[in-house]
Amino acid sequence: MRSRRDLGLGALTAALFGAAALWFPGFASFAGVRSLADDSAILLLLAIGEALVILTRAIDLSVAANLALSGMSVALINRADPGLSLALLIPLAALLGAALGACNGLAVWLLRVPSIVVTLGTMAMYRGCVYLLSQGTWVTSAQMSAAFQGFVRLRLLGFTLLSWLALSGVLLAWWLLRYTGTGRRFFVAGNNPQAAVYAGVDVGRTQFLAFVLSGAIAGLCGYLWVARYAVAYTDVANGFELQVIAACVIGGISIGGGVGTVSGVVLGCLFPGILKNALPLLGVSPFWQTAVSGLVITIAVIINARDPSAGRRRILENRPA
Amino acid sequence: MSTARSRLGSIGGMLMRWEVFLAAVLLADLVFNSLVSPYFLDPLTLSDATFNFTEKALIALPMALLIIGREIDVSVAGTLALSSVTMGLAARHGLGTVPLAALGLGTGLLCGALNGLLVAILRVPSIVATIGTMSLFRGIAYGVLGDRVIKDYPSGFSWLGQGYVVGVVSFELLLFVLCAVLFGMYLHLTIFGRRLYALGSSPEAAAYSGVRVTRYRFWLFAATGVASGMAAVLLTSRLGSTRPSIAQGWELEVISMVILGGVSVTGGRGTIPGVVLAAMLLGFVTFGLGLKNIPGIVMQIIVGMLLIVVVGLPAVGRRFGKTGARSQY
Repeated sequence: MRSRRDLGLGALTAALFGAAALWFPGFASFAGVRSLADDSAILLLLAIGEALVILTRAIDLSVAANLALSGMSVALINRADPGLSLALLIPLAALLGAALGACNGLAVWLLRVPSIVVTLGTMAMYRGCVYLLSQGTWVTSAQMSAAFQGFVRLRLLGFTLLSWLALSGVLLAWWLLRYTGTGRRFFVAGNNPQAAVYAGVDVGRTQFLAFVLSGAIAGLCGYLWVARYAVAYTDVANGFELQVIAACVIGGISIGGGVGTVSGVVLGCLFPGILKNALPLLGVSPFWQTAVSGLVITIAVIINARDPSAGRRRILENRPA
Repeated sequence: MSTARSRLGSIGGMLMRWEVFLAAVLLADLVFNSLVSPYFLDPLTLSDATFNFTEKALIALPMALLIIGREIDVSVAGTLALSSVTMGLAARHGLGTVPLAALGLGTGLLCGALNGLLVAILRVPSIVATIGTMSLFRGIAYGVLGDRVIKDYPSGFSWLGQGYVVGVVSFELLLFVLCAVLFGMYLHLTIFGRRLYALGSSPEAAAYSGVRVTRYRFWLFAATGVASGMAAVLLTSRLGSTRPSIAQGWELEVISMVILGGVSVTGGRGTIPGVVLAAMLLGFVTFGLGLKNIPGIVMQIIVGMLLIVVVGLPAVGRRFGKTGARSQY
């Protein structure tokens, strides 16, 4: 059932890619594929973190704000001390993000506040902290060291390090969810929290772990984003959390928890990514691109995100009163 | 049985306390503001401060009903933008004030009906469906308008968002009070309201008890769309211009308002007086901090913290009182 869902989306993605490649030969060229991978990498990493959270029947609306705060922090450090090694800065970004994620997770685990409320609150708080930290100023490319900006652009076997990072994120998540007990517990906790408790799974702790992982990824992406776009300011990635959630949902991660695959998430990121890269080639004005991707998201969720028990419930609800 | 009853009693008591608590904080903020600025207690200043929340609060009313009914709509700001753009285009073709307002409401209704169709009939989870339509509505607004601005509104149009009915009572404020009373009566005094609580507490049980769940969901989304359209009319009239970025981020402010008002995100709990108090509180706190030249983004930190603390407090109380069941979402 799940794999059939992936297959359908996979076929659709392949068809879209094929059509774009037929129309514009450059699209399927090595450079085309490389830029597609580059453009989708950060979304893909964030979507994997978000997917872990959604699997446990929670949601993380604060990923983009977390990204902005972690990214601004390392950008400011780099501005103040350009000599500081990236080997320190990159783990620091991930650690900062993990700490911010842990704040979300603790509130969900120990205070038992619904995750949508917690992350709605921390989203605003983290974003506000970016402003406080930077005093509203920008860190521009001239103020960042060459190594800081260059790391994501380093090429390995033709692809950028950014793309390789995304690929390793995908493989790690796949391994975690498929072959480790911790990963299986994400499914158990989200699929049926009551049963999970009886099966010896601490739902709150599992959700906490998911938030920490999602936060760490968001923190890492903070550095990646700031380095790739070579600028850090308060509104970095504003509203990006909804694109991340949309990618998860298109990829068949059930918003009710417990259902989803890593391959689905990959497709959920590639499908809108291919579309976004193909639209300018078709001559669609950039102003219309949000509308087109909105339309695609809406259609995709109708096909891919319907409540699995909809059929049964619909019969029930249509009974005459 | 007795535990069930005492729990119900304590929830009722807590809600009572909740509105009282909000009112107390609001009062404290008003006192604080008047100490900070000698101009605050002027009737005109107070009336001016209400513009800070009336438009958002208008959307918060049906949003509260949606969340009580276990649904959510994150496309409200997108709907607002699309309504505003529609009105702007019509204004260019010389439409008058009344047809413009009707067009704004109508666009809102259509957007809301689309959400209702997706959620109630096609059974897409509401947060997912409205994330999609949010980009769709906002995207159409950007597509049509690009980086341009529309300012060609007829002269009478500005009254809707800037005019006063009696003395310092603005049309916006009057409209909001009327709607709040209507929504409050609907939710708290009619059988439809009782059914909505039933729907939010357990959709399955409600369906078995004869509540027409699909119909409820559809019309709640439609009403939210109309309210967003109404907010679009007021905001566009107040600003006198339409940009595609109008009301960016409002969806989260409106939802914060509703949650701060004591509506449970797991459904089945919440009151209109609570939402109205929360709206006023947020409006006056923002206004007060504005008097002290504190930027809105710093204000965000306070609101975010407030949101977590107010929802977390009762949970902490329960935790140290007795072990309760974990909420699912």
